[in-house]
Amino acid sequence: MENLKNHATAAEEFIKDEPRTDWHDETLWFVRQKRDLAAHTLPEWEELREWGSQIKNHTLSNLDEYLENFETNAQANGIKIHWAKDAEEHNQIIHKIITDNKFEKIVKSKSMLTEECHLNEFLIQKGIAVVDTDLGERIVQFRNEAPSHIVLPAIHLKKQDVSETFHKHLNTEKGNNDPQYLTEAARQHLRNHFVESELAITGVNFAVAETGGFVVCTNEGNADMGVNTAKIHIACMGMEKIIPKAEHLAVFLRLLTRSATGQPITTYSSHFNKPRPGQEMHIVIVDNGRSRQLGRADFRNSLKCIRCAACFNTCPVYRRSGGHSYHTAVAGPIGSILSPNLDMRANADLPFASTLCGSCSNVCPVKIDIHEQLWKWRQVLVNEGYVTTTKKIGMGGMAMVFAHPRLYRLLGSIGRKTIKWFPFFVNNKLNPWYKQRDMPEAPKESFRDWFKKQQK
Amino acid sequence: MKVALFVPCYIDQFYPNVGIATYQLLKKLGCDVAFPLNQTCCGQPMANSGFSATTTGCDKNFVENFKGFDYIVAPSGSCVLHIKDHLKDEQNPEEAKKIRNSIYELTEFLVDILKVTNLESTFPHRVGMHISCHGQRGLHLSSMTETMDKPFSKPEQLLMQVKGLQLLTPERPDECCGFGGTFCVFEEAVSVKMGKDRVKEHEANDVEYITAGDVSCLMHLEGILKRQNSRVKTIHIAEILNHTV
Repeated sequence: MENLKNHATAAEEFIKDEPRTDWHDETLWFVRQKRDLAAHTLPEWEELREWGSQIKNHTLSNLDEYLENFETNAQANGIKIHWAKDAEEHNQIIHKIITDNKFEKIVKSKSMLTEECHLNEFLIQKGIAVVDTDLGERIVQFRNEAPSHIVLPAIHLKKQDVSETFHKHLNTEKGNNDPQYLTEAARQHLRNHFVESELAITGVNFAVAETGGFVVCTNEGNADMGVNTAKIHIACMGMEKIIPKAEHLAVFLRLLTRSATGQPITTYSSHFNKPRPGQEMHIVIVDNGRSRQLGRADFRNSLKCIRCAACFNTCPVYRRSGGHSYHTAVAGPIGSILSPNLDMRANADLPFASTLCGSCSNVCPVKIDIHEQLWKWRQVLVNEGYVTTTKKIGMGGMAMVFAHPRLYRLLGSIGRKTIKWFPFFVNNKLNPWYKQRDMPEAPKESFRDWFKKQQK
Repeated sequence: MKVALFVPCYIDQFYPNVGIATYQLLKKLGCDVAFPLNQTCCGQPMANSGFSATTTGCDKNFVENFKGFDYIVAPSGSCVLHIKDHLKDEQNPEEAKKIRNSIYELTEFLVDILKVTNLESTFPHRVGMHISCHGQRGLHLSSMTETMDKPFSKPEQLLMQVKGLQLLTPERPDECCGFGGTFCVFEEAVSVKMGKDRVKEHEANDVEYITAGDVSCLMHLEGILKRQNSRVKTIHIAEILNHTV
């Protein structure tokens, strides 16, 4: 019941280019180190994490109330609120606003929710094109790829790749890999889209219940550039983006970028409270499985996530397998605990794409017990039957052997003798261990044999 | 002090020397060491693969073997963590609970319970320290680079007492080696790549040995080192601490 291309297979392909894998690993490790430096400069770091965690726990426990508060206050500010129970409804709502207004020029800043809902693909099928304005997102959009990282969407690409892509789509000089030259080309290209935009779609980092306003964080200012000229601003948010009070931003804005890139704060943390005169502002609040996740006692606190991607950058598996190997909008360790909720069958491989080393939980700014949830998802997936028959038989057999000490001793002895006398039984292509690793040498006696001799 | 020695299944079968070193070391330090003969496995390989529902028999056998001891000690952070977090026995819930609270990883036992400060061991070699994730992040045997703890390390505290030993830290001091239980075969490519990267950092330090508190990490790294015909060898920390000239 594995996917056609599950994480392990896709990762194996990624690793075939070893120098590139090293580069990917080192680039993200560098980001992790910047996070460490930023965190270590704040004596109150662990306290901030605890506060972030508690505020989110509290909010999740009172989510209905805060969502209603938010709606009331936002509406009082003149913002239109839409509720979407799933991705389809989210896409329909946006599509309707576009067709009602006959919009053709649409820009969108980064929103992982719209990736999760596959908004771009949905609109393309209706003949509507959206221009992604985050530089990394624009690059992957040109290449018809998905973002491979929620903060650094094009981190799987080198400047040479960007140069080729821009040569093809923006007519830049072939072979000119100068980052400044390439960025300037993107600037000029995007500027036209900003000026002409009729509709600007943004994500939401934090929606403040007490004010009815919301905050969008970018480093490029592209969200602001987009909404400044557009007639309508639509902000899309997962319903877990709520925080109770504006003062809580003092916790989350400090945690977010330090965890993400090691910056003290995003270059632009833009507060939107009401539409400017003549503009319409809409917010689409999306469930898409979040209520279901909230009802899973073991997994509900995954909804605390503020999408900083610190768990991506620290994950030794992510760094060596690339975001696309996770085949979901949100990759990395957090994606592996969120995605099975969206589709257990399609994402049954993801909780196994981890060594359970625990580094993800340690860097998480809101203290999600990510690696423990990975372990728990494994139990759920096996109980629900999303596991291959071979694995089931193998594990059942092992469990039986370990429950019966005499059988264990007998098989242990046979196993050791097999390796010793018939090494080709294990040293062959069918044994994945042996592909790139030698087998341990088989000793002539077990510890138990030795111990019993001592006692005589 | 009545101490039960738990020698995890794969150590029993493939690395008996690690069990022997642990046994001898504990005896040397004055412990009354028992080895319950019907012990098998902690159940981790099944549970970490999602099959914790199948470990009832294995758990029961563990409780049967290890009930009634003051302490249980094992040369493996990973197996100890599994017992601490997951051992249960519906017929014997009190015994299971007692075991969960009295099982120790070897270096933790030496530092916290025996309070060893003066080991009589010698190992005149350049040794690279591999920190095993479950011992570190699970059992907190040492501080972690991600968190803001003051630096400390129980295994290193012991290795510093070994005469002649030169301890070397790899560039990324606490990155996972990629073993990860069944991960090592189901995610073979990533697993091996992670191991190769660990090995590379230790080789850059020109070490003669890589040591760790977990044989599973070492078995994985050893497999890679041997395949690469490296000069570097692996050795469990118990073998070093028990080593005399």
